[in-house]
Amino acid sequence: MYTTNMASEREAPVPSPHVGKKKKKPAARYWDEDPKGEKNDNKTENNDVESGKKLSNKRKREADLHHASKGKKIFLSGKDDPFPGPAPIPKNRIEKFKRKGETMPKTRKKNHKLKRLMAQSKDLSTMSQNQAARFDLLLPEDEGFLEGDEGEDTCTISQEDIAEAVDISSSAKYFNLKLSQFGPYRLDYSRTGRHLLLGGKRGHIACMDWQSKQLMCEINVLESINDVKWLHSESMYAVAQKKWLYIYDSNGIELHCIRKFNDVLRMQFLPYHFLLATASATSFLQYLDVSVGKEVAAFCTKTGRLDVMCQNPHNAIIHLGHPNGTVTLWSPNQKEALVKMLCHQGGVRSVSVDKTGTYMVTSGMDKKLKVFDIRTFKPLKSYFLPAGASCLSLSQRGLLSAATGDVVQVYRDVWRTPVTKPYMAHRARGSVWGLHFCPFEDVLGVGHGDGFTSMLVPGAGEPNFDGLDANPYRSAKQRQEWEVKALLEKIQPELITLNPNKLGEVDRATFAQRHKDRVETLGFDPLAKEKFVPRFKKKGRSSSGAVEKRKKQVAHEDQRELIKESVEVKMRTEKEHKKNKASVVSGHKSALDRFRK
Amino acid sequence: MKVKVLSRNPDDYVRETKYDIQRVPRNYDPSLHPFEVSREYTRALNATKLERVFAKPFLASLDGHRDGVNCMAKHSTSLSSLLSGSCDGELKIWNLTKRECVRTLQAHEGFVRGIVVRFCGTSFFTVGDDKTIKQWKMQCPGYGEEEEPLNTILGKTVFTGLDHHRTEGVFATCGQQVDIWDEQRSSPIRSFTWGVDSFSSVRFNPVETDLLASCASDRSIVLYDMREATPLKKVVMTMRSNTLSWNPMEAYHFTCANEDYNLYTYDMRNLEQPLLVHMDHVSAVLDIDFSPTGKEFVSASFDKTIRIFPKDGGHSREVYHTKRMQHVICVKWSADNKYILSGSDEMNIRLWKANASEKLGVVGHREKAATNYNQKLKEKFQHHPQIKRIARHRHLPKTVYHQSKEIRVMREARRRKEKNVRKHSKPGSVPVATEREKHVVTVVK
Repeated sequence: MYTTNMASEREAPVPSPHVGKKKKKPAARYWDEDPKGEKNDNKTENNDVESGKKLSNKRKREADLHHASKGKKIFLSGKDDPFPGPAPIPKNRIEKFKRKGETMPKTRKKNHKLKRLMAQSKDLSTMSQNQAARFDLLLPEDEGFLEGDEGEDTCTISQEDIAEAVDISSSAKYFNLKLSQFGPYRLDYSRTGRHLLLGGKRGHIACMDWQSKQLMCEINVLESINDVKWLHSESMYAVAQKKWLYIYDSNGIELHCIRKFNDVLRMQFLPYHFLLATASATSFLQYLDVSVGKEVAAFCTKTGRLDVMCQNPHNAIIHLGHPNGTVTLWSPNQKEALVKMLCHQGGVRSVSVDKTGTYMVTSGMDKKLKVFDIRTFKPLKSYFLPAGASCLSLSQRGLLSAATGDVVQVYRDVWRTPVTKPYMAHRARGSVWGLHFCPFEDVLGVGHGDGFTSMLVPGAGEPNFDGLDANPYRSAKQRQEWEVKALLEKIQPELITLNPNKLGEVDRATFAQRHKDRVETLGFDPLAKEKFVPRFKKKGRSSSGAVEKRKKQVAHEDQRELIKESVEVKMRTEKEHKKNKASVVSGHKSALDRFRK
Repeated sequence: MKVKVLSRNPDDYVRETKYDIQRVPRNYDPSLHPFEVSREYTRALNATKLERVFAKPFLASLDGHRDGVNCMAKHSTSLSSLLSGSCDGELKIWNLTKRECVRTLQAHEGFVRGIVVRFCGTSFFTVGDDKTIKQWKMQCPGYGEEEEPLNTILGKTVFTGLDHHRTEGVFATCGQQVDIWDEQRSSPIRSFTWGVDSFSSVRFNPVETDLLASCASDRSIVLYDMREATPLKKVVMTMRSNTLSWNPMEAYHFTCANEDYNLYTYDMRNLEQPLLVHMDHVSAVLDIDFSPTGKEFVSASFDKTIRIFPKDGGHSREVYHTKRMQHVICVKWSADNKYILSGSDEMNIRLWKANASEKLGVVGHREKAATNYNQKLKEKFQHHPQIKRIARHRHLPKTVYHQSKEIRVMREARRRKEKNVRKHSKPGSVPVATEREKHVVTVVK
């Protein structure tokens, strides 16, 4: 019975045997043409659908409406498509895939071939962007979130409550490791987010697959440890020990002791360049190419002990924080800092840069937390934290975690809206020493004096990873293949610049350059003014004195012309200035106008 | 409290059994793929380097002729067949896949001057120094039959070249005049002369099939319409052209191989100046053939090299040479756009790849996709100095290397002198002549 009921929508209407009873109208479907609804629909669509498709859709629907009003519908084969044409793509989603600085300037010359080529390539790129935007729908996972009840602050929700509320596998991601003997701990997650590396101040190193809680190796180097860092994959890691830099493999076997790198305090690994950047107590910034084992660059920054360091994941620039409140930006290609920014009144305690390379968050001894736009190097927001933040870390989706003493606070949207209270907070068992968001997981790792805490921070991680870039579920074989590919396309350190897309832009020769080339090919300067050569005159009028006199005359004339021109320009600007002033005065008077000259 | 934490089911990301292929979930978000441009650049650089590593163009050498190879002809219907005629009057038919000679016949006494296969592919024509035109069957003679031509036409003078009409039973020969022959008749249906005593080659236009062009020894290129009684027009250049080839895709364009080391592409509607001058050879260019796509052509030169030029580029994209190859007399581009055949003085025919680094044989889908991607990358970054340098680098024979250097110096000196002359003469009295204008003497209609 209900099967027919289900199908009745699609079949041709059967004349009802009941005459008196009015036939129930079929439920309104959202694709049925309802003129009122239609209007609304169109309006909403206008906002976010591409204009070209919008027009054709509209026209088609109008035609449909017209048919409907006549009372006869044309069915070619079954019902007509309620959604004609390709599916519309929301504009903001296309925007996500647009590359910056893509607009090509028009060529001045009429080069038809080039024009056609450019048009073709532009079409192709828009097509691929649209396809990518459309593919966005198919992504399997959604990001996490945490919402309090009415009147409940999310920052009051404890980790235990969250762990209780979520599924078992997620709740297992909240755990504490009590390692009170060799603390405090620094930590690092591998690029896929599967592996955790812990380094205790008193020489304890442990690396593990933290999701399955499988210990890969645990050693004690019997030396103080300043920092630990995974290299490109989970098979190797670097440890900055008391004196030298060491590299171990995942079984805890010492592979290298690098004596060129001494007193290292902080390290950053640039995964696409295979560069390990180190900052040392002797104020040296050094770059080690880990694929060939060569020191690429070493700079003495001459700014004292370097214990604040982070990288910009967008352009591989290293940011260093200094005790005098400045943050400096470094690339391996320049001996001087690329940029020096005065960020804080006291020393800089921690720096962090977001994934897209747009924002930099710093915290300083002046107990301030500041957000900068590092494309323009301008401050955006400044917050006052009563205790000051010692460690900062930004997650893939832009959550900021800040450690103040033994409390870890997580903030949301620090650069967009003024934030008054944290999104989440958690008290660790000792003062926090290392802080790191786990990539592709809603997890924040906290290394502190009493060991390690893995916190659940809903909404921190990127939900959908790219299998060819960093795949948490990759097999050993896939990892090997990825390693070969990654090594093949290792970016050379010379390509590290503030704008990583510079390489793809057209190098437009400046007028000066073009003019120089022209001069070179022609053999003379076509724009140069001819030098005055006095003609030879007879009857003794070409004596050296007379020639000199004539030369002077010509030079004087030239000068007069120059002066005349400059005076004219001056007059004109003055006139314009006066005019502007007059218009301003006549436009709207203010009380302060009387002080104007 | 409402909470959701990322929690992935590993079953969605790991293959079910080890016989499956691995799952690779993708996310094309640009922020997950930083350094897009630099990585692409690195890939392009690697692709360019690999292209040079894999550039092994030489495939085979077909030996068997007992004198220099003077002319060749492609089969009109079979890709694997090639006909070649040598200076001792011998003609050989080759099977290119097996790389062996399948038939040998003594076609003429003296040189075989020209071979052309009829459009149907069942017979072919040859001309030789013995003043005869012979038509031969493509099939081998049966057991006991003698190798005999189907037809023999005795001409009055020596023939130096011939070409067949694309669709009709008409062919053209050249010698002291250009003759149009009907296959059924033993005398020419039309003869063209324009004050010269010798032509070196004649070619039918493959698109506008009634048009033909010939190179004459008075340094001119003459154009004809087969339907008219008189030639259309001619252009006289500073040096003699040896052969010419029509662009199979652009009806009005042809390129001629000149004695002054250059090749000239003309538009036949405007012969006042060539569209392009193709330079790079360091000795007289003897033969030229267009690729079937009309985008490139190959030229053979007396400097013992063959070069591949883009039709709209002034310099060659590729140069082929071997230690043993002597003066290259004839060259052909195969009809599948993949191979180049060259016949040279030292009696060998050589088979080359048209794209030096191309992989021959069956190419898998993924490999093909990778090749296409690399090709596009190379194209995108081709103007970057490092990539350009690697892509352009070719090893040249010592003589060619030094000679090209010398030619460059000479050209530079000439240019400098001209500049100085201009500088020291009345303004406007020494006009600037572009390279294209320099080589045309007159156009006669």
